[in-house]
Amino acid sequence: MKVYIPDALCSYTGDRRTVAAHGATLAALLLDLDRQFPGIRFRMIDEQDAIRRHMRIFVNGDEARTLNLALADTDDVSIVQALSGG
Amino acid sequence: MAIKKRKTTTTKRPAGRPVALLIATRKGAFILKSDAARRTWKTAGPFFLGQIVHHMVLDPRDGRTLLASTSTGHLGPTMMKSTDLGRSWKEVAKPPAFPKAPEGAQGRSVNHTFWLAPGHASEPGVWFAGTAPQGLFRSADGGNSWEPYSSINDDAQYRKWMGSEKDGTPDGPKLHSIIVDPRDRKHMLFGMSGGGVHESFDAGKSWRVIIDGMEVVEGFNFDAKDPTFHDPHCVRMCPSNPDRLYQQNHCGIYRRDGKGAWVRIGRSMPKQVGDIGFPLVLHPRDDNTAWVFPMDGTRVWPRVSPDGKPAAYMTKNGGKTWQRQDKGLPRAQGWFTVKRQAMCGDTRDPVGLYFGTTGGEVWASRNEGAQWTCIARHLPEIYAIEAAG
Repeated sequence: MKVYIPDALCSYTGDRRTVAAHGATLAALLLDLDRQFPGIRFRMIDEQDAIRRHMRIFVNGDEARTLNLALADTDDVSIVQALSGG
Repeated sequence: MAIKKRKTTTTKRPAGRPVALLIATRKGAFILKSDAARRTWKTAGPFFLGQIVHHMVLDPRDGRTLLASTSTGHLGPTMMKSTDLGRSWKEVAKPPAFPKAPEGAQGRSVNHTFWLAPGHASEPGVWFAGTAPQGLFRSADGGNSWEPYSSINDDAQYRKWMGSEKDGTPDGPKLHSIIVDPRDRKHMLFGMSGGGVHESFDAGKSWRVIIDGMEVVEGFNFDAKDPTFHDPHCVRMCPSNPDRLYQQNHCGIYRRDGKGAWVRIGRSMPKQVGDIGFPLVLHPRDDNTAWVFPMDGTRVWPRVSPDGKPAAYMTKNGGKTWQRQDKGLPRAQGWFTVKRQAMCGDTRDPVGLYFGTTGGEVWASRNEGAQWTCIARHLPEIYAIEAAG
């Protein structure tokens, strides 16, 4: 499926803003991303498998709050930095 | 207290070698390089622009490997490594992280790696890291991967002493001042803000508390025997005499000799200045000489130079007396804040001293604090400075 990558993580993807990854759940998708782009997962998911405080993941426009969320190959996944700071 | 000159065990650096300052800031890292006389400085960087760099350290065992602990406001922490003195950098494979907690249990996650320390000279590739929230980690592969010390991180007693995330500095409790005795790799120390000072003689398998003599905040009936109530800001081991430790603490400046108790040597500081601060620098060849940079620790803890008049204070007799060193620094309206890792010395003779402010200025002295010069300004908020060379 198509995954949108925020600017801050493009150093891992060779400056690609959109990449393809696979997984039946969000957790599996993030593991696949990390397999392709080593280190990218830990920047957005902590060691307790929690989405980091200032990161957000949207699936088809809806915010994902758990990594157990089931995904379909047709889903669009957007990883964004939260609108925090100023 | 008996003060005597001890035999020097540290090799004096040859005169005329340049010095490099590794500067970690809230918005990236910089390297300031001097000429041979340490009179002129050139700035290289920024490295990792926009990233919070908590500490950048040179490996003295090879003289070319740098580790830099980084994070950003949004992304999780990581660590960068260079093996060519900063010309190129690569992210490490596995930065410090706590183990995943069992289902239903509350786990911890590393916010940032606060302190980096190279291991013993006999163990190339070994590094230690202290994190916020507090954890101790070890790498055996030059910083590429890190393993937690369960003897600290998972120990119920240590977790109690660490307290909650409220029990520490404003941006999180920190494990810091990781020291490896140059005579014995198994002899280690570290400090916890808060949680006291701790020592191991078996390479970290077991630890003991060393807080005897350390005072606690007055007026609250705190038990001085409980590490919970102790906040060492910076602990240093004398390079020329590893049996001697100095400490800048939330409650004063201390010295410890051998297995004795800590002695509050800050009592001899001027009353109007006090003995509160964060950094502490030791002379590379004289265990009686140390420098501190006092901060205002009254009322709401402004953490700025007392009365807006910044100064270092030097002792040449193990803390018996202190000498104010403010020549070249602002005489008034100088509200400097100098963090615990933001002051250091080189190994030249005379010793060069350096400190960085949260206002982005770097100040240097080529003569052990007798005269100060601003060598860089307009940098981001400075978190740490290490001198190399």
